[in-house]
Amino acid sequence: MKTSKTVEILVGAFVAAALLALFFLAMKVSNLGTLDTSDTFEVVARFDNIGSLKVKAPVTMAGVEVGRVSSIGFDQERYQAVVKLAIYRRFDRIPDDTFAKILTAGLLGEQYVGLDPGGSDTFLEEGSEIEITQSAMVLEEVIGQFIFGKAKEEKQ
Amino acid sequence: MRQGQEVSVAGSRPPDEPVLVKIRGLHFSRGDRKIFDGVDIDIPRGRVTAIMGPSGTGKTTLLKLIGGQLAPDRGTIEVDGLNVHALGRRELYRLRMRMGMLFQSGALLTDLDVFENVAYPLREHTRLSESMLRKLVLLKLEAVGLRGARHLKPAELSGGMARRVALARAMALDPMMIMYDEPFTGQDPISMGVLVKLIRQLNDAARLTSILVSHDVAETCAIADLVYVISGGRVIESGPPEQLRESGSEWTRQFMQGLPDGPVPFHYPAPALEADLFGEAA
Amino acid sequence: MTEVLARLGAGWILAVRHLGRSLLLLLRILEGVDELLLRPRLLVEQLFSVGVLTVLIIAVSGLFVGMVLSLQGYYILSQFAAESALGVMVAASLLRELGPVVTALLFAGRAGSALTAEIGLMKATEQLSGLEMMAVDPVRRVLTPRFVAGFIAMPLLAALFSALGVLGGWFVGVGLLGVDDGTWWVQMQARIDWNEDLSNGVIKSLVFGFVCTWIAVFQGYNSVPTSAGVSRATTRTVVHSSLAVLGLDFVLTALMFK
Repeated sequence: MKTSKTVEILVGAFVAAALLALFFLAMKVSNLGTLDTSDTFEVVARFDNIGSLKVKAPVTMAGVEVGRVSSIGFDQERYQAVVKLAIYRRFDRIPDDTFAKILTAGLLGEQYVGLDPGGSDTFLEEGSEIEITQSAMVLEEVIGQFIFGKAKEEKQ
Repeated sequence: MRQGQEVSVAGSRPPDEPVLVKIRGLHFSRGDRKIFDGVDIDIPRGRVTAIMGPSGTGKTTLLKLIGGQLAPDRGTIEVDGLNVHALGRRELYRLRMRMGMLFQSGALLTDLDVFENVAYPLREHTRLSESMLRKLVLLKLEAVGLRGARHLKPAELSGGMARRVALARAMALDPMMIMYDEPFTGQDPISMGVLVKLIRQLNDAARLTSILVSHDVAETCAIADLVYVISGGRVIESGPPEQLRESGSEWTRQFMQGLPDGPVPFHYPAPALEADLFGEAA
Repeated sequence: MTEVLARLGAGWILAVRHLGRSLLLLLRILEGVDELLLRPRLLVEQLFSVGVLTVLIIAVSGLFVGMVLSLQGYYILSQFAAESALGVMVAASLLRELGPVVTALLFAGRAGSALTAEIGLMKATEQLSGLEMMAVDPVRRVLTPRFVAGFIAMPLLAALFSALGVLGGWFVGVGLLGVDDGTWWVQMQARIDWNEDLSNGVIKSLVFGFVCTWIAVFQGYNSVPTSAGVSRATTRTVVHSSLAVLGLDFVLTALMFK
């Protein structure tokens, strides 16, 4: 048995190292470090089809993450998906006629919301709605359209 | 020390009651094997009482029953007026503080040195200052002659020394009684002599009650005031050692004098030799 | 035929009796926790033997498991031109499964068996009885600190394992195989969720820590007090703990990652 002082120091070092490892996992490996949930404002966008968009999917502008999808709902009267986007508060100069579309990262990757800025002088704020949206591309529909188009071409 | 108060709090009888441990109608069995089948024993206060019997008669079990580590099937054990097996956990532990037990192996804590082993019960049960504790421990170690060995680890001690350290530890809380489990087994003649002397000395100097479980007839008879002989789950005979040596019972005489043949036969029960050697194999 | 049935029944009765006994022991161990808080020294000593002494094997294994994961993952992912997801793959498998499970298996082999052997030997050499006769409850004094230390040490060890695994994977993926450093970390951060992946992994290792140390102290306390008995108990600790960890991992995974 080592002296009690050495034992105490080693146990302290062990616990400290393990907590450091946990901190590393939380901040550097997982999304806890990049998550700032408190400082956001929420805007709404309606889509005809959101494909496989999920809550927490990134919202990007020019490829930069400016927010996250905070909730996805369904409007029974207009048969549209209601997507709430939590935009980080530091991006407070996004025009309110911005164009939102659902894009896919890579060929088979996850879907995210991309914003294209409009030209308005007024900016998005808590509760505003993005009017112009483009639905997700659904692979079957794209292929369907492609084949349909080909068939038409050949007819002509 | 607080020990003095504990006696008057926990003991419901006046301390001059001559019988310290009173065992009545004790039945105990392990699995299908009956170990005690109605045993009555009285252990007088301030004396050395030996409980003897052949190996496997449950002598150690008896000590564990007195210490409350095992519970009897039937019968009662009273220690200082308290029924051991009717006590709650807290009272039982308070009673155990007043009992010391010396295990066959010594049962020292292997990761503590000799000093810390003796200090252990004091640290657990009292709030003595460090210097007071040191003095007490050294006194206890002096009493068993091992003050110089205080920094040794249990692994460095011989069997006899380990038992002496364990004895010092059992004495640490100044108990009213000490139970010895086979203290002489496997000792060389010198350490045997030391232990015999120590047990008697401690008993008389500290006004203890000693219960000694053993099958070493000569050593035990040298120090015991009273001997109980147990066999087959019953008390065969009891009395002062001199009386038992000249006992009318042939069995007792065989045991006390270590005769190879007698009521306990030399041969394990078997068919006749001739039949076994020359008869048909079954 | 009836003999087979009888033997089966006897086996069941024995198993149920063991379970009941271990549950009772667990209750007694947990009863002692408040007393332990008054003596943090005991806990520190046990954290040393259960935690610190296990760090080396955990650290080395974590590092190598991460490196191998990265190497294997790279060959498969590169066939789909998806090397950028290598970090995600390594981190996700470590945090969700390998970290808690492999740590628990190693823990059972290193710390669990040592616990059983120590307690079993204390029983065989009458130290536990000796404590009892000194009016010290061996369950509270010996088992509780060891149990709590194991419960605390397991998630800490698992965190070390996973963190070093990620670093080992990074070393192979980024350092040797040429995956882009930025891609490795950014993809990982984007796809590993602290709640879904990290917290669930920690919960797993808490459960494993509870079960492994429970098994270890029970086997030690319940061992036959001879050298053969203690060695059998040690083997049982490793076997039972490993099976319990793998079985529980399946159940927990099914409950957590729907």
